[in-house]
Amino acid sequence: MSICLPLFFSAGTERIYLLPSTTMSRTTFFEVEIIDAKTKEQLCFLDKVDPHSTIGDIKNLFYKSYPQWYPARQALRLDPKGKLLKDNEILQNLPVGTTATMYFKDLGPQLGWTTVFFAEYIGALLTYLVFFFRVPYVYSHTYAFTSSSHPVVTFACVCHTLHYMKRLMETIFVHRFSHGTMPLRAIVKNCAYYWGFSAWLAYYINHPLYTPPSYGELQVNYALFTFVMCEMGNLSIHISLRNLKVDGLRVRKFPMPTKNPFTWLFFFVSCPNYTYEVGAWMSFTVMTQCLPVAIYTLFGFIQMSIWAKGKHKAYLREFKDYPSVRMAIIPLIF
Amino acid sequence: MASSEEDGTVEEKENNNKKRTKSALITAWLTFYNIAMTAGWLVLAITMMRFYIQKGTHKGLYRSIARTLKFFQTFALVEVLHCAVGIVRTSVIVTGVQVCSRIYMVWFITSSIRQIQNEESVLLFLVVWTVTEITRYSYYTFKLLHHLPYFIKWARYNFFIILYPLGVVGELFTIYAALPFVRRSGMYSMRLPNKYNVSFDYYYFLIIVMLSYIPLFPQLYLHMLRQRRRVLHGEVIVEKDD
Repeated sequence: MSICLPLFFSAGTERIYLLPSTTMSRTTFFEVEIIDAKTKEQLCFLDKVDPHSTIGDIKNLFYKSYPQWYPARQALRLDPKGKLLKDNEILQNLPVGTTATMYFKDLGPQLGWTTVFFAEYIGALLTYLVFFFRVPYVYSHTYAFTSSSHPVVTFACVCHTLHYMKRLMETIFVHRFSHGTMPLRAIVKNCAYYWGFSAWLAYYINHPLYTPPSYGELQVNYALFTFVMCEMGNLSIHISLRNLKVDGLRVRKFPMPTKNPFTWLFFFVSCPNYTYEVGAWMSFTVMTQCLPVAIYTLFGFIQMSIWAKGKHKAYLREFKDYPSVRMAIIPLIF
Repeated sequence: MASSEEDGTVEEKENNNKKRTKSALITAWLTFYNIAMTAGWLVLAITMMRFYIQKGTHKGLYRSIARTLKFFQTFALVEVLHCAVGIVRTSVIVTGVQVCSRIYMVWFITSSIRQIQNEESVLLFLVVWTVTEITRYSYYTFKLLHHLPYFIKWARYNFFIILYPLGVVGELFTIYAALPFVRRSGMYSMRLPNKYNVSFDYYYFLIIVMLSYIPLFPQLYLHMLRQRRRVLHGEVIVEKDD
């Protein structure tokens, strides 16, 4: 355990002293110098740093001198243009001498992933409802607070709302996030995307002049069925991915099919959660027969394919025995 | 001389030869392309000047050059391909945005809305585009031929300072002039109800296009200014990383 002496012992640039624990005998202590990556001025000098401390510990110490830069917004590098140092890296394992020089960059205000997801999903959910209930000024005033005569419009609202409620539940209970935070700018961009598209699709589906699908009830019922199947599939995959991380942090394994038939898609793809997500939105498109929904599905598909390809490549790199029949997102195709 | 050693060097030479022929072909194509585009825009410039001298007015000028303009401006799509394939080191997105905005202006505004073809703003952007493109393509041509006169380099990186804003003014005024005709004719628009449950109002779309100049133009202009500083004054620009 190290103890920080009060700062009034320092002079000039902030110096923080760490005392060794009494059980440790003569260990070589490190010194850490933190320099601003842009201006190259020295921001902090840490004396007598335990060589077993992690980057996370150093960030916490730096935070004490500069309380406006909480650890999540600190980016530390050994070289101004080098790789970002991870929080769990240990000081003595780094390629530095006993005096380490690190370059600091402010990543800007950060938000936790949970906060971000909440904002995105609640916004999307509520925006749709504004159109479903035909809040005044959205459509012509004669239609204010009326409801559509088509059952498919109600089904669509239920599906959309349940989809985002499911996502919210997953954010709270299922997902485990590897990176803690996201920059503020990203949340603005993501919320604009989710809320904007939700409004655009909801506008047409709940419009007084909405035209129900060409093949009527048959089309709606089939699409509704596949939608529910895909949602259940997506949930199954999220749960199985969560269970993967439960036992042991050191042993890394790739996801495998389980007894749940929905997870059998793992035989064919690396990211069946994305496959099911695309399937759900395609079903929603067919169910509502609405072009904006098709466009939203296409954008989502493109983005998820990029993520799936990345994940697939990461799996191939990490595991030598990775099944070769698996594709990234579409079975047998890519 | 071991045979394996010989094979090694022969293979290397073959690879080098392949690379050299490939890059020679690429240079030949790019040189041809840039000369052709310079020639095309020169033809446009001369045709425009002759028309104005003969007729004394700009009315009917657009109609007389419309086909040539469409051809050469559309052919510029090839430049996006160059960036995508990697034979030209520019961002695909920047080139894409610039070429697409030009093509959009030609096909979906000026050519399709006849009533605005005699506006002064059309003449303005035509003149700006012609001067800019002739300078730009001759710059690339000379660069590829390794004989770049300083004047061309100076022109390429200085003309835009005046021409770019002038071009934007011409384009914006043209779109603005087109608005009433678009509204009246309902062109390119789709209304509810329809089978696909979608609607599109070209009038509002044009308004959004005009508004989008506000964030986009400064970015492109600053990008050109930064390039100018780098090329003409050899300054090292520190790019702000995200």
